[in-house]
Amino acid sequence: MSVKTMSVKLTILEQMEQIAREHGKILAPLKEDLVLADCGLDSLGFAVLVARLEDTLGVDPFTAAEDAYFPVTLGEFVKVYEHGAR
Amino acid sequence: MAHVEAPSLRDSVANVPAARFFWDRTASACFTVLDHGTSLGGRLVELAGRSVLLTSGSQLTTALALIELDGCARRIVILPPDVDTADLGAIIAAAEIDAIVTDDETPQCSALDLPLRVSCASAIAPANLSPPTGRRTEWLLMTSGTTGVPKLVVHDVATLTAAMKARGAADGAAVWGTFYDIRRYGGLQMYLRAVLGGASLVLSSAGEPVADHLERLARHGVTHLSGTPSHWRRALMDPAIQNVAPRYVRLSGEIADQPILDRLRATFPQAAIGHAYASTEAGVAFDVNDGLAGFPVAYVGPNRDGVEMKVFSDGSLHIRSPRAASRYAGTGQALADADGFVDTGDIVERRGERYYFVGRKGGIINIGGLKVHPEEIEAVINQHPQVGMSRVRSKQNPITGAIAVADIVLKSEQGTAAAQQAMIKDDILKLCRETLPRHKVPAAISFMPTLGIGAAGKLARREQ
Repeated sequence: MSVKTMSVKLTILEQMEQIAREHGKILAPLKEDLVLADCGLDSLGFAVLVARLEDTLGVDPFTAAEDAYFPVTLGEFVKVYEHGAR
Repeated sequence: MAHVEAPSLRDSVANVPAARFFWDRTASACFTVLDHGTSLGGRLVELAGRSVLLTSGSQLTTALALIELDGCARRIVILPPDVDTADLGAIIAAAEIDAIVTDDETPQCSALDLPLRVSCASAIAPANLSPPTGRRTEWLLMTSGTTGVPKLVVHDVATLTAAMKARGAADGAAVWGTFYDIRRYGGLQMYLRAVLGGASLVLSSAGEPVADHLERLARHGVTHLSGTPSHWRRALMDPAIQNVAPRYVRLSGEIADQPILDRLRATFPQAAIGHAYASTEAGVAFDVNDGLAGFPVAYVGPNRDGVEMKVFSDGSLHIRSPRAASRYAGTGQALADADGFVDTGDIVERRGERYYFVGRKGGIINIGGLKVHPEEIEAVINQHPQVGMSRVRSKQNPITGAIAVADIVLKSEQGTAAAQQAMIKDDILKLCRETLPRHKVPAAISFMPTLGIGAAGKLARREQ
């Protein structure tokens, strides 16, 4: 894993923890196979996460995408950004 | 609808006992000599009874021409500087325009084929004219809507000035200044206040740096100064504000939140500070002079100046008033409902014994079904001591459809070091989290060097 992709993943995890703190939520342990729906953030939390990541990583891979795909697990979510944040 | 009698502008000018001036960035004009002078080359008589498109590159030239045309022309159609030239054909048809008064600084208008063309100038030539007067000239103002052909709102000097009469005596020693462009309703109010009150007026000039404008206002000893909250926020960020000392400060055209009222109070401790509510269609509805945002609930219902206000169940404010425009020109579209009430499109919310403006009906951001007015978030952000101006806008979001994000201009000198910016950002978000429900907290904050203000003086909400 390159330094760049490592930092994308770290950025995502940091932001998730930050938003959970701000929204008063408790996160499940952030493992690759964690199902996003069970991670502790609600839909507003994810909406904020995507907006913040666009701010820090410069990309919103979902709004830019043609299809309506949204990842199921945390690992898939990170991958979408690693592909997007080129 | 009841109308109040008003003298023509020319009559008012003739009665001013001393010389009064318009000043802009490059010129000055003593408009009180217009009762025996002309800025239209003495051709006013040809314009009698016509529907006149008035277009000039200069507010000063416009200011002079209006005095001559009122009471003589059938209609004056004032072209604001930002109207899309593609709309000119529709405007001419709707207003039945058959003459143009122009200084040829607007090339797209010079090309128009109209039966009569008269030049206007920023200089007044001596002339002994006895133009036909006494006509109730219609003044057609354009709405500042952002889509489609602007609507032409029909007023006359009586409807435009009814609010001034209600307020009492003129103040001849006053020097009015405004950040507005006088070619739209808000600025025109200040123009008429100055002219009918026998005062001088310092005009704004497009593209002029704020500091230069403030220097000019100071040099002419401005006593009465008006603008939108956005104008004021921008002016307060400029150190040159220290040089002006108005005794009356007025805000209108946008929501005056408590932070801007407090900052004006702190900057001008001796001044009377008032915020007014008006719209091009409904006219001036009321002034609030207690230094607090919003307005007392007692203002709703019939009030002493004949202005009647209702709040509908969706929170929208409706107004029936002798100061309202009579109609839209050239369209069957009704300006008011069957009872004569104009829907302002502004949403108010009652908290205790006051109503507060929360935003525009059309400006709502829908965040996963939860509705937010950008203005209510801005009002919170603006409380932060380092924030000069802010704009909250909708951003597309894959989960909630939209989300609110904020663009913020910090007051001068801040916003340099990235570390400091990050601290301020956290601080602003903390303030928002403490004050607002979760969905109204901006998802992201960007710091900007400046935020645009449109020709009507309002914060530009459409640009990125």
